[in-house]
Amino acid sequence: MADKVRFATVVRPGALTTFQDSGRPGLAHLGVPRSGALDIKSYCLANRLVGNTSGSTVLETTFDGVSLRFASPALIAVTGALADVKVNDQAVGWSMPVYVGQGARLDVDAAKVGLRSYVAVAGGFQVAPVLGSCSRDLLSGLGPPPLVADELIEIGPSSTIAPSVDFAPYLSLGNSPVLTVHPGPRRNWLTEQAEHDLFSQHYQVLPESNRIALRLKGHPIERRYHEELASEAVVWGAMELLPTGEVVVFLADHPTTGGYPVVGVIDESLASLCAQLRSGDEVRFARTRSWGTSNGSDFKTLPL
Amino acid sequence: MLRFLPSGPKAFLVEVEDNAQVLSLLNEVAHRVHSDWIKHVVDIVPGERTVLFDGVMDLNVAQTDIQSWRLQAGPARPAMTVDVECRYDGPDLGRVAELWRMSSEDLVDYHSRLPHRVAFCGFAPGFAYIRSLDEDHLVPRRASPRSNVAVGSVGIARTYTGIYPRPSPGGWQLIGRSDARIWDEKREPPALLTPGTRVRFIPI
Repeated sequence: MADKVRFATVVRPGALTTFQDSGRPGLAHLGVPRSGALDIKSYCLANRLVGNTSGSTVLETTFDGVSLRFASPALIAVTGALADVKVNDQAVGWSMPVYVGQGARLDVDAAKVGLRSYVAVAGGFQVAPVLGSCSRDLLSGLGPPPLVADELIEIGPSSTIAPSVDFAPYLSLGNSPVLTVHPGPRRNWLTEQAEHDLFSQHYQVLPESNRIALRLKGHPIERRYHEELASEAVVWGAMELLPTGEVVVFLADHPTTGGYPVVGVIDESLASLCAQLRSGDEVRFARTRSWGTSNGSDFKTLPL
Repeated sequence: MLRFLPSGPKAFLVEVEDNAQVLSLLNEVAHRVHSDWIKHVVDIVPGERTVLFDGVMDLNVAQTDIQSWRLQAGPARPAMTVDVECRYDGPDLGRVAELWRMSSEDLVDYHSRLPHRVAFCGFAPGFAYIRSLDEDHLVPRRASPRSNVAVGSVGIARTYTGIYPRPSPGGWQLIGRSDARIWDEKREPPALLTPGTRVRFIPI
């Protein structure tokens, strides 16, 4: 059994389906983005549903799903964006472990809610890691390339641990979700008017959004200063204020340093929600409690 | 003079006066990697005048500790030196020489004799911002960036020299080419030019 290589064939790769795991933390000082599964909760859940150790490699789809044919029986789970899941054209459960028989075809259809679905298989997808991770980083091109039709994907030996979860509920995104924002290092680049505008308007997610950043449409935000900022390192969730007054929010494949002021940082617990926002969705920003009391800023603190 | 700038609940930037202090700060970090709070930090990332600490459990503990550090004013402890052979034949060499009112030969002589030191990395894996030029020889970026800059191209912009680790778009003024392996995923570390490294450009 152990010597038999198990694999799946890509029938329909989808618009952009990449291998993802927990990414490449700790290399930002060399210019290497953290990368990794964008919807971290759904990624972890998919692995748990099939009894994988944490950190196993899964597939991350973008909007229109993926189709695979399994050459040998496999236990799979699809989480993340809500989508119809079918095995040989028969509807099966979403966000639960599903057995796929030898030679059977798995279809993950287009997302009905959210944007990115996660497909985990017991044993994990086996691809060559780059710098300790199998994640595809869209900014720098590190890691295995996105899936293409007819590609063979190896599946690792599955553990004997039975899955500990048999169904997991999901959280609805809701209408116009609110992203809470912590103070960023250059919060003082916002004028009072800019702060008011930033936290009162509705933003629309633009189609240019990707794994690198959410691009948002809204009324331009005023900058207090117009000089060039010395390049400095940025974190996940950093909200950059561009010279045009646009706001972008950095996601997992973000550049390690940037030259525009980071005025706020999205709360990390919203990473999964950010991963599921699609073009046209509306979002709002809200200040966290710490916004009024943060140190290091050289202007008066604002009442909450 | 240190300034702490919060970057969300688990990270902060330390802003200092200049890049020399950034490198001193990194030296201090290197001496203290096993201290209680630093060993848990996920990423420590220098910029031009800042150092990011990302993944910090308790911001107060970290900042109080850093405030007690005495940053060395003088040159930091001996740094690694990397020799990079460079063919000074880039398409922008003549224009830069004109800007500096010197001949191309003098430019090669001038650039290769400068003290070069990696300030920080960014833009692409392994792309090092090598602090090179003095304030009298600042170079603007090209008005229109090239859509395709070949791997190994040596460019300058503002006070920096950079060597493209991979083909990419780029707006720096290209003065030469190098065959040095700037980036190698199979090497440890994968980047040849890490923050603090001294670089010697050898004209060939």
